[in-house]
Amino acid sequence: MKTTEDIAPGQTLSSVTDKISGIVLTRGTPLTWFGVMYVAVLLLALFLLAVSWLFYKGVGVWGIKIPVAWGFAITNFVWWIGIGHAGTLISAILLLLNQKWRNSINRFAEAMTLFAVACAGTFPLLHLGRPWLFYWLFPYPNTMNIQPQFRSPLVWDVFAVSTYATVSLLFWYLGLLPDLATFRDRAKSSIVYKVYGVLSLGWRGTSRQWMYHRTASLLLAGLATPLVLSVHTVVSFDFTVSILPGWHSTIFPPYFVAGAIYSGFAMVLVLAIPIRAVYGLNGLITERHLENSAKVMLATGLILAYAYVIEPFTAWYGGNEYEIYAFWNRAFGSYWWAFWLTMACNVVIPQALWLQSIRRNTIALFGISLAVLYGMWLERYVIIVTSLHRDFLPSSWGQFSGTFWDHATFYGTIGLFLFLFLLFIRLLPMMSIYEVRELVHETLRDSR
Amino acid sequence: MRPYGIVAEFATPGELVVAARAARNYGFSRMETYTPFLVPEVEEILRHRNWLPLVVLMAGATGTLTGYLLQTYIAVYDYPINVGGRPLHSLPSFIVIMFELTILFAALGAFFGTLIFNGLPAPYHPVGNARGFEAATQDRFFLCIEALDEKFDPEDTAGFLASLNATKVEHVAG
Repeated sequence: MKTTEDIAPGQTLSSVTDKISGIVLTRGTPLTWFGVMYVAVLLLALFLLAVSWLFYKGVGVWGIKIPVAWGFAITNFVWWIGIGHAGTLISAILLLLNQKWRNSINRFAEAMTLFAVACAGTFPLLHLGRPWLFYWLFPYPNTMNIQPQFRSPLVWDVFAVSTYATVSLLFWYLGLLPDLATFRDRAKSSIVYKVYGVLSLGWRGTSRQWMYHRTASLLLAGLATPLVLSVHTVVSFDFTVSILPGWHSTIFPPYFVAGAIYSGFAMVLVLAIPIRAVYGLNGLITERHLENSAKVMLATGLILAYAYVIEPFTAWYGGNEYEIYAFWNRAFGSYWWAFWLTMACNVVIPQALWLQSIRRNTIALFGISLAVLYGMWLERYVIIVTSLHRDFLPSSWGQFSGTFWDHATFYGTIGLFLFLFLLFIRLLPMMSIYEVRELVHETLRDSR
Repeated sequence: MRPYGIVAEFATPGELVVAARAARNYGFSRMETYTPFLVPEVEEILRHRNWLPLVVLMAGATGTLTGYLLQTYIAVYDYPINVGGRPLHSLPSFIVIMFELTILFAALGAFFGTLIFNGLPAPYHPVGNARGFEAATQDRFFLCIEALDEKFDPEDTAGFLASLNATKVEHVAG
């Protein structure tokens, strides 16, 4: 039976090399790129403005106040870091599982991880109040004679997120080396030759280099797999280790990890669908890639839906009146709209992915992915705000709503993300050329 | 200039593997292949020793130990804080950072180990002087027999390589 393929027929070693490196080296920049870049730069300017205003006035420019001191900043942090997780899943876990189809999407998924983590990292830092003292988070000998509290999940988070950012960067760069060497060897001008020559560190593709490269890739994949699960687990610890109703729950780690991968695959699709259309990469990012990503989304979405059901069930079954109230308040309190929108975006709409015709319809898939991204942002908003704004004592209750600057900072990081991502597709190989070559080689060999 | 070796170009990985095996059987030992992607069969023929897993294991163990000692020293000796009478040496809450540092150190070991074992960064390499060698990172497969090999002879070795279905054979200077 003929099914959709990992790579379209008729590709050769030189055709894939031409196709992918041509995007950067020879073909002109498409107008769409400039259009999106324009929007990205505007948003980036908004981000710089928002951050400058924040530095000048302090965190009070955001809507955060007691009891809701986390507000947008932590919602955005959890949202961005979750998006990054799909990149690691594709590059590491699918490598270990020998899923060859990942070869043409892993590079930009890894780049997505890296930039999403960069966006995520800005929020806890900005939220510190005095961001320029961020280094106090790390243990180092200091004249104040104080040290971090290692029994606090917030300190674990510092280590988890910075390790995640470092490992993602190393993994990404290691994978780039052979392709940067290809760029060096295809360079037409001496400046391009020098830049990619330096970046490729003198890669020649010797059997020894390939041996170490493969071993290091597999080892890094093996290290990144438990790491990625640990990162969102530690993020969920920020919530579960507290005693707040609606947060203090053992279901959080798997629930957060599933949600992270869910939103991450949605972002992969939101990026892959336009890229493949604009750059004519249908032969490399095939229907199968989109369909598999949609299936992963559907599966993780169902895990998430299960968590949504089990949470209130546990509250009801546990019989704790604060816990029961927290869930009643989520669904019918003042943030009811956010709760039901979350349910619509994360549980109801993605059920359309059961249909193959929807999974193969790029426009529908793009729309569903946007809905999931929005739903996942709202989910974190609901978790954070509804649990905080109704404390144990009615005397400490309050309301939260994001200010203009809350929104500006958030949309600003979307600009930062797009800006970095557009530079990446313009300047670096957005697909792993050597891995696509392997795919071509295997396809040719098998067809003989 | 003294010669670095002789480079032969092949059109397919299959021909390269045949040539590398023939060269090994002929008695050459100082040789290296240059390919646009990993060709696992070549590795078996050239038999490199791979130290990386050991390095990564040691690096990871160093990370675990660092995480434990760092937290224990700070939480128990340097800056002890009594939180509700809980033990200062609270191992369960140290596990997360021990784990993260294990991964961090192991990953740094894997990355820098790869660079060091491969002698990277290496901006210059003599084989790059061969004409058309750019194809080594694109769609051609190269075998280089180095001049330092005991059995190396400018005439004979070039003839030997030409007999192996090479599309091109070239002398390169060091």
